[in-house]
Amino acid sequence: MAINEETVKQVAKLAKLEIEEEDIHTFTKEMDSIIEMVEQLEGLDTEGIEGTYHGLNQHNVWREDKASNGTDREDLFKNVKTRKDGYIEVPAMFDNGGSEA
Amino acid sequence: MNFLDYTLEELHDKLVSKELTAVDLVEASYKRIEETDEQVGAFLALSKEEALQAARETDEKGIDPNNVLSGLPVGIKDNILTKGVTTTASSKMLEDFVPVYDATATEKLKGAGMISVGKLNMDEFAMGGSTENSAFKLTRNPWDLSKVPGGSSGGSAAAVAAGQVPVSLGSDTGGSVREPAAFTGLVGVKPTYGRVSRYGLIAFGSSLDQIGPFTRTVKDNALVLNAISGHDPKDSTSYNGETPDFTEGIDKGVKGLRIGVPKEYFNEDAKETGVIESVRNALKLYEELGAEIVEVSLPHSRYGIPAYYIIASSEASSNLQRFDGIRYGYRSENVSSLEDIYVKSRSEGFGLEVKRRIMLGTFSLSSGFYDAHFKKAAQARTLIRNDFDTVFADVDVLVAPTTTTTAFEIGGKIDDPLAMYMSDILTVPVNLAGVPSLSIPCGFSNDMPVGMQIISKHFDEQMMYRVAYAFEKETDFHTKKPAFKGGE
Repeated sequence: MAINEETVKQVAKLAKLEIEEEDIHTFTKEMDSIIEMVEQLEGLDTEGIEGTYHGLNQHNVWREDKASNGTDREDLFKNVKTRKDGYIEVPAMFDNGGSEA
Repeated sequence: MNFLDYTLEELHDKLVSKELTAVDLVEASYKRIEETDEQVGAFLALSKEEALQAARETDEKGIDPNNVLSGLPVGIKDNILTKGVTTTASSKMLEDFVPVYDATATEKLKGAGMISVGKLNMDEFAMGGSTENSAFKLTRNPWDLSKVPGGSSGGSAAAVAAGQVPVSLGSDTGGSVREPAAFTGLVGVKPTYGRVSRYGLIAFGSSLDQIGPFTRTVKDNALVLNAISGHDPKDSTSYNGETPDFTEGIDKGVKGLRIGVPKEYFNEDAKETGVIESVRNALKLYEELGAEIVEVSLPHSRYGIPAYYIIASSEASSNLQRFDGIRYGYRSENVSSLEDIYVKSRSEGFGLEVKRRIMLGTFSLSSGFYDAHFKKAAQARTLIRNDFDTVFADVDVLVAPTTTTTAFEIGGKIDDPLAMYMSDILTVPVNLAGVPSLSIPCGFSNDMPVGMQIISKHFDEQMMYRVAYAFEKETDFHTKKPAFKGGE
């Protein structure tokens, strides 16, 4: 086993996801076989090889430091679910807690 | 009026000579959608009113005789933003999301006079190879309705194959344009990374994603890529060099060219031998046309799938953090705290495959696994990229099958994520290396279309189109029409 149910729960927490208790077994099994597959990379000698992290080797892209108008504020609110006094409204985050961040 | 009978240039000539109007074409598109989409299921949303309005304006203004795309209908994959028209990425997370701006690719097509008729189904957030991961509907392959159209751009492929639109846009992160193009007998391109702006493309794997068109012919494809390419200040990863005319030199033929055949892409023990046979026949034709066929090796190909799934999923887990239920997108009603909004909105809004990828990516990036996973995959990516650089010092293009099989049955792989991942084995190395690749129809196996990919050097799409065009000119696979057989 490359991964167990405990690790799956821990990773889910990091990813802000909840896996239903009844699905955790199947989910772990699937994740395990996927991780086992990606760990084929262990067999590859990469000693001294630089990693590639970009699609195109293009560094330091600059533009003129000139102000321009962004997207209209009202437009940006069009997809907001709850709004109050010009802000996005969400449930109270301090009084009733819950956030571990 | 059947789009399957005409190239874009032929449609353009009819518009210029006033034999047809832009309104005629848009109406023909909706008529065909009405007739076939109950079976095929390509479209998620239609923008009829806007499209007809745009067509009327085009007709009033007159067709620009120098602009071949002017007045032609197009369908757009539902992860490419269209101002005022719902864009869902086939996810419950974005079910009611209406963009307030156009993606650069959308804007460029509109600027070229194309008329968007609607949005096309896909695997949720472009994760999948069959379009079965859509939260909304199933898309069927017009060649055999019991089979998948491929994915993730399955709706984009099915719509063109069914003659609903002459062109569509898709996106390709690990094969999501080329695989469905192969499965539906179309021409589909994954341009060089950076060729097309990703601004307004809902991000999946940002160092891999590229937008590319689906068409029925090679030249049509080059014409549409001409229109959407170019540097974009809004995407700093877009290429700031020149954009050539991709149709230039397209009819120069292959005489004297060196075509590399990567041996790792020809699995002689394959279950479906018809695929490799078709590609081998194509290579024979190239030889007859004067090309030199050279066997080459891309020795790190087998690390493509593991490296790809780590890199793409890691980038996705980071990109998809933005879906937090706050500013836009799905918000769970069942919440009592801020943490609840995040966790419940994401858990209810994302489908199973998206969760798997986020989990794999989060795991691969987590401390303790970063070196063995993410860093190792990035190093493997360098080796894969070097493989391509090495062979391109010796050959002009590479030719290989796009997929190992033709389109598979609906339901055939959906319960086995690993089997589904393996269907990308011949397409992901191209995304990791950043090189361009075009899939074109090259034969039939089990009565289903076979796709062959032509891979060229970074930013040498002209060579890729030239080699593809030489084959198309001598064959008639691109003129075959789907049977709409099978189904329920």
